[in-house]
Amino acid sequence: MKVSQGSDCMSDTQLDADVTVNAVGSSCPGPMMDLIGKAKDVEPGTVIRLQSSNENTEPDVSEWAEKSGNELVEVVEREEHWDLYVRIND
Amino acid sequence: MTERVVIVGGGTAGSVLANNLAEEVDTAIDTGDVEVVLVNDRKDHVYKPTWLYVPFGEKTPEDAKRPLDDLIDRRVDLLIDRVDGIDTESKTVSFDGGRGPLAYDHLVLAMGAQVVPEETPGLAEGGHHFYGPEAAEELREELAEFTDGHLVVSVVGVPHMCPVAPLEFPLMADTWLRERGLREDVDITYTYPINRPHGIQSVADWVGPLMEERDIGVETFFNPERVDPDEQSVHTVEGRELSYDLLVSIPPHDGSDIVREAGLGDDGWVDVDPATLEATNAEDVYALGDIAELPTSKAGSAAHYAATSLAGRLASAVRGQRPTTEYDGKTVCFIESGEGEATYIAFDYDAEPTPKPPSKLIHWSKLGYNRSYWLTARGAL
Ligand SMILES: Cc1cc2nc3c(=O)[nH]c(=O)nc-3n(C[C@H](O)[C@H](O)[C@H](O)COP(=O)(O)OP(=O)(O)OC[C@H]3O[C@@H](n4cnc5c(N)ncnc54)[C@H](O)[C@@H]3O)c2cc1C
Repeated sequence: MKVSQGSDCMSDTQLDADVTVNAVGSSCPGPMMDLIGKAKDVEPGTVIRLQSSNENTEPDVSEWAEKSGNELVEVVEREEHWDLYVRIND
Repeated sequence: MTERVVIVGGGTAGSVLANNLAEEVDTAIDTGDVEVVLVNDRKDHVYKPTWLYVPFGEKTPEDAKRPLDDLIDRRVDLLIDRVDGIDTESKTVSFDGGRGPLAYDHLVLAMGAQVVPEETPGLAEGGHHFYGPEAAEELREELAEFTDGHLVVSVVGVPHMCPVAPLEFPLMADTWLRERGLREDVDITYTYPINRPHGIQSVADWVGPLMEERDIGVETFFNPERVDPDEQSVHTVEGRELSYDLLVSIPPHDGSDIVREAGLGDDGWVDVDPATLEATNAEDVYALGDIAELPTSKAGSAAHYAATSLAGRLASAVRGQRPTTEYDGKTVCFIESGEGEATYIAFDYDAEPTPKPPSKLIHWSKLGYNRSYWLTARGAL
């Protein structure tokens, strides 16, 4: 997994997300649940960009990705949130 | 020219909105400058939180219903019909009952969420739930006969209505079984999709030890992909298997095909701006309550607070003023914790909640709220 610092433009990551889940400000039940909800709906191979302002999201997503056979490919730190790029596998 | 606001869905969100708006623009309605139309596909308003109490014989589905006619301001035109299409170009909605299309100046979508257990293979046949009136009654029958074995309460659907009902059910079942002297013969397991028993860290920190104390097993990272009704087992994406004697799920949810077909949201939930509740993909369309894709819970209180804020925006819009009211994500959820006690959490887009210590007083407040809900729906609270 790559961690990069970014401004609010897309030029600092090579990745193109297929879908974005905006979970900024999602306190209940939280960004992880928003991500799982989306992961259930998309085709294998889809890259989801999860936007979260919660600092615990990254370790949570990383652990979930490992357990569920998906991949946290990159995390980009924005001004007020993080963009987490997650590839959904089979 | 009359400015027409059409609200689709007379649940918590639609009813509170219709009543608040009618009050805010009462004079304009009386002079014929504004018309508020509320469309609902059945004559009753249904208060879904009542269903949690049905399996334990404490309430019936009838307790959850009131005629909309009794709840909605007389200034609102109530239409009992099912909307089957939205055309955001011609700004009309169509009906499946043969009625001609209805034009709108402002359209509000408040159709709620529906449950689709059939989306997970074997779940409809092998499992029970309390997310619908018939299902809750069937579960009551099952529970009444259930004297020993493994009760599995599994959160399958993400997102789902009410962030806390999945915690309340096993905690209430534990007390219910203890009171019947059956708890020693029943194992209870609760499963949740992520790495802790609830999405909110503080709620997880509170409920984890409580479940341990009540001898409720907790399985995390548990995302069921199919149920085998013959073998009575749940199989997960993570490759795990769990046997059950009685399976109670929080079933998969869905938004609405009408939303997909109108291009308002690919997953059936309406894409909206979280503060203004305006649809991302169309002009003069708004959504709130469970049908809206919002970074907060699908909860009645969120629907209620969003409705009061949208009533303010719409009132400004029909007056030709610039709307300034915004929804801040405010949500309050009571949590039944069993043993006749309850707690609650309150939060918004910026603040995470922390549960208060459970008490009998909060439990009675929850029951009191459920009774006074009918005043909320009327827009009186
Ligand atoms: C078991 C259970 C327990 C819950 N407990 C709590 C709780 O303790 N606290 C809490 O805050 N929330 C709770 N909730 C969640 C709460 O009930 C919902 O969040 C709330 O009802 C959402 O309101 P809504 O108006 O968006 O949708 P709904 O109340 O579902 O209303 C939608 C309305 O739209 C109508 N409709 C749908 N499609 C159409 C159409 N095409 N045309 C016309 N009409 C249509 C429906 O008939 C319905 O009347 C619970 C939910 C459940 C299921």
